[in-house]
Amino acid sequence: MIDEMQEPRNLVSIEDLGRDGILEVLRESETFVEVASRRMPKVPALRGKTVATVFFEKSTRTRLSFEMAAKRLSADTLTVDISASSMSKGESLRDTLETIDALGVDAIVMRHHSSGAAVQAARWVKACVINAGDGQHEHPTQALLDAFTLREAIRSARGTDVEDLDGCRVAIVGDIRHSRVARSNVLALSALGARVTLVGPSELLPVSVEGWPIEAATEELDAVLASTDACYVLRIQHERMADAGLSDLREYRRSFGLTVERARGLAPGAWIMHPGPLNRGVEIDSQVADGPNSLIRAQVRNGVPVRMAVLFRLLGRSRDIEEVIGDGRG
Amino acid sequence: MIEDAREPARPYRRPFVAHSVVMNPEDLRRALVRIAHEIVERNHGTESLVIVGLQTGGAPFARRLAELLHEISGNAIPFGLLDVTLYRDDIGTRPVVAHSPSEIPIDLTGRVVVIVDDVLFTGRTVRAALDALADHGRARAVQLAVIVDRGHRELPIRPDYIGKNLPTRLDETVEVSEEGVVIGVFEDAQRSAPVGSHEGGAR
Repeated sequence: MIDEMQEPRNLVSIEDLGRDGILEVLRESETFVEVASRRMPKVPALRGKTVATVFFEKSTRTRLSFEMAAKRLSADTLTVDISASSMSKGESLRDTLETIDALGVDAIVMRHHSSGAAVQAARWVKACVINAGDGQHEHPTQALLDAFTLREAIRSARGTDVEDLDGCRVAIVGDIRHSRVARSNVLALSALGARVTLVGPSELLPVSVEGWPIEAATEELDAVLASTDACYVLRIQHERMADAGLSDLREYRRSFGLTVERARGLAPGAWIMHPGPLNRGVEIDSQVADGPNSLIRAQVRNGVPVRMAVLFRLLGRSRDIEEVIGDGRG
Repeated sequence: MIEDAREPARPYRRPFVAHSVVMNPEDLRRALVRIAHEIVERNHGTESLVIVGLQTGGAPFARRLAELLHEISGNAIPFGLLDVTLYRDDIGTRPVVAHSPSEIPIDLTGRVVVIVDDVLFTGRTVRAALDALADHGRARAVQLAVIVDRGHRELPIRPDYIGKNLPTRLDETVEVSEEGVVIGVFEDAQRSAPVGSHEGGAR
């Protein structure tokens, strides 16, 4: 079988793509933005393919976004609800995934609470594995849609179609250490030329930032606001307060919340981003999240076309590229 | 030169060896002028016409045709671009070619759409284009204009307007750009093209 000789094609980490791959996904996402704008926003591209969303962790928006993307490509979708599945009867992760794989699905979109679960899954199954968040490791499609959204904002502000994020100053604020969103974004944004600064209480910054492609890591949010083009606020979890040596979320908000007052210190026109779901009044105030410079809605909107691009990239191509010749004209 | 202009759309990097130039820029210009007049004659004018170029090879010729029709009729002709990548019948059997967004400026319902492409070969791109067009409205009629018809159809599709009929061998490739039309082969295609196969061979 040809299939067995091929490298499985997965999206586990932003590093699977590299700069060129990221730019390709962003370019192809534009095609799907156009599709979404039509009265008939569906294409037959992945007819006959099946995409299973297998979530071992709660998620609404990511799962919905992937399922919407798959359906708009005419793929069939299987929603595997793990709490209702055999996992709760003690079936192992491997057995669960291999069973889903044996049904003949073409892609498994997976979220799991363990870092590295998606890498492991990719070794076990024949289907393409798309990491929709694994523990504290990565959430690559979130970073891709964030990069797409930021580039769209830059293009619209400058009135020119910039290719990447060259020179854009991004501050990522919050619990960096435990955040897969932060990790994927650092990799994706910096690969596109953005200058990333990490901001948070020292206990929630990475233990060592050596090897991270960033400008700086700091505890002083107020000091970086004026020199930031985009402020990316992460969701903060109550359980992390003890780790951070903070008494409660109110104390976090005082130092790291993007409050109305603090947002006044931002450079004029600086964009606000957040991966959702929002803790309004904790890491971000409603007036900031819903303000004119907020890209939060655009992030959600762009999730579908960017995930369509990822699914089409993995499922729409030849199993054996070298074997195919010809350029499709005619 | 011609190769460079089209390089980004190509999933392969085999050298193209030109054998003969079949149309020069002046031949191309004359063919486009003739096609423009044929379109006006056939449709008794340009009312409700829309010109749609197929991404990416048909785009420059569609643009030229729309301009020529404007000159002939005095009316501005709506012009759009259509990407058929997502409607092809060979998805999953070939490399994914980087695609460009479609730009269809108006609802096509009730319009007469002239699809413009550079080379008509198997007819599979046009079949995909017909499906893609249907998602932009129900056209009153769809017509097809091509710069070169090289034969070897695999589907019951025929062009309404032809720049040049160009009988070719299956292992040959036709390169069309605004600089002209060239027949040639891709170097190792001479040795390994599975002639007659639907899967292989330069299209």
